[in-house]
Amino acid sequence: MLGRDGFRLPLWRGIFYLLLAIGLPLVVLRYTQGLGAVTNLTDEFPWGLWIGFDLLCGVGLAAGGFTVTAAVYIFNLKRFHPIIRPTVLTAFLGYLLVIMALLVDLGRPWNIWHPIIMWNPRSVMFEVGWCVMLYTTVLALELSGMVFERVGWKRAVSIQKAATIPLVLAGVLLSTLHQSSLGALYLIVPNKLHPLWYSPALPWIFWTSAIAAGLAMVIVESRLSSRAFGRPVEMHLLKDIARALLVALGVFAVLRTYDLVHRGVIAEVFRPSYESGMFALEFALGVLLPFVLLLSPRTRTDIRRLYPAALLAVSGFLVNRLNVSVTGLERSSGTDYVPAFSEIAISLFLVALGFGAFGLMVRYFRVYPEAAARSAAAPRAPAKPSRALAPSAGRPA
Amino acid sequence: MALVRSNALLIDFTRCIGCKECVVACLVEHGLGDDAEAVTGLSSRALTALTERDGVYVRQLCRHCLTPSCVSVCPVEAFTKTPEGPVVYDASRCMGCRYCMQACPFGIPKYEWDKPVPAVVKCDFCAARQAAGKPTACTEACPEEATVFGPRDELLAEAHRRLAEEPGRYYQHVYGESEAGGTAILFLSPVAFEDLGFRSVAGEPLPALTAAALEKIPGILSIGGAVLAGIWWITQRRDEVARAERAEEAAAHEEEDHNARS
Repeated sequence: MLGRDGFRLPLWRGIFYLLLAIGLPLVVLRYTQGLGAVTNLTDEFPWGLWIGFDLLCGVGLAAGGFTVTAAVYIFNLKRFHPIIRPTVLTAFLGYLLVIMALLVDLGRPWNIWHPIIMWNPRSVMFEVGWCVMLYTTVLALELSGMVFERVGWKRAVSIQKAATIPLVLAGVLLSTLHQSSLGALYLIVPNKLHPLWYSPALPWIFWTSAIAAGLAMVIVESRLSSRAFGRPVEMHLLKDIARALLVALGVFAVLRTYDLVHRGVIAEVFRPSYESGMFALEFALGVLLPFVLLLSPRTRTDIRRLYPAALLAVSGFLVNRLNVSVTGLERSSGTDYVPAFSEIAISLFLVALGFGAFGLMVRYFRVYPEAAARSAAAPRAPAKPSRALAPSAGRPA
Repeated sequence: MALVRSNALLIDFTRCIGCKECVVACLVEHGLGDDAEAVTGLSSRALTALTERDGVYVRQLCRHCLTPSCVSVCPVEAFTKTPEGPVVYDASRCMGCRYCMQACPFGIPKYEWDKPVPAVVKCDFCAARQAAGKPTACTEACPEEATVFGPRDELLAEAHRRLAEEPGRYYQHVYGESEAGGTAILFLSPVAFEDLGFRSVAGEPLPALTAAALEKIPGILSIGGAVLAGIWWITQRRDEVARAERAEEAAAHEEEDHNARS
């Protein structure tokens, strides 16, 4: 039987409660003793794991949400409709996690609402703040139909349906702004960020890589949820996602290489250093290798081959964001930053909350509209499902 | 900006004797005690610091840029550049994102990592004293006039006068004249600034870099919105046409059937 927390397997439930038990006291410590008590952040290195992983990666991995809704509603690829709810739910929880991470990372989190009334439109962070607020609202509205349906408010359901297209349009635009503005945050540190990562094209690099990561995540999540919820993998949709991912990775690889050549720093790639090593990890293992693997139709049609390729692409994305936010800034800061145990534990605590929330949502709402009967079996493991995506999703909007 | 003559400090390392009176005065002025020996660098408890490097006494403090990155990046306008020169910080607006620390090309803002209600800490150019018509506390305390206070254009002219008069005494550069678009704090040194740990900062004002990206937002919203709506309209229209054709065909079939039957 399913536990009230949404988990069935004792192992996963055990891990979930363990992460909660470790994370919660550390969160209390952070609020009573200050950031210094739980982080390795310093005056020289003011942004760490919570910005590099929770914020930059969290938002990027939620990119499936806007690509899949654009594919279905704007490009009219209706066959992907069944995967909308799990994908949008994943994106919504991803954004809630980002907000929770901000509440931990911000020095004065009780002032998080200040950008609403205190405006500085010249600040990229101001734009980021507004994008988080507005896009989280859009995602909540996109999901509200699921809630109205459950409580039986027929009128609300039809109003929500009528608002679908404007919501999707707003979501795509806000996501585009948000994904690229996370890259734009670093435009102001040309003297600090290593030339392998600093580029005037950072907003574009962040946007294209987020689309690739969002597509790869759809595949990864599909595999995880098929195991966790005992559902079949929709290979007929995933093989198209795989092709879209191939294109997205190709576009990104060309853009990134062109940018390095254009700025005259391509030699840095081949000069042995800590930075070039991390770049190789990011680019060779996380972009080129999955690209080559996906060239083969056998990879794209067999989940056992496709899954590792998608995992590589996701890892490459994670390494890229951590390289921009940590690796590339270490040399100029004159310090090495390694996240403290508490920083990692609190990050895992937040991720565990997200998994738990997903399990509960699947249990109480019709997240998988096409398989209501089967999903009575409900979640076994805290995996974040969400499925396919459309080939056109990699196209600039 | 040219209407008010903004104030500046000229800090001449060749005149400094290392007495640290400036550090003591700063600590006292800002209620941070008076132990200058405990100050080994800028921190949340020291707004200025004096350290020795290869026989040269080097003073550190906020540069009060003419186009400050911290002012431009702060999402809630916790920083303001006053026309008189000081870049001041209002903790009550701050949400603690620390983008100012990340963005400052000189690495000046420090943070109260050990406090549950932390604030950003940096030199405020004695804005309160300036408002009362007084020079900064550090200027007043300096017995050697290694630090002098005055309008920026005058002090810049004075700096160049010194460089020209005693070329052998100085490294020929006024640090702060053009760095990051120019700063209110101007430094003169007997040796290259890089040797003293000063970062080489390009002359362009940094906020222009992010402004270029932000200016694209209205375009992305309007053009992107129009393109997306256009694509949606086309795909919808295609659907409608297909549906209408099917309906027509069905109607035609029905008619044929009807005719055949009658």
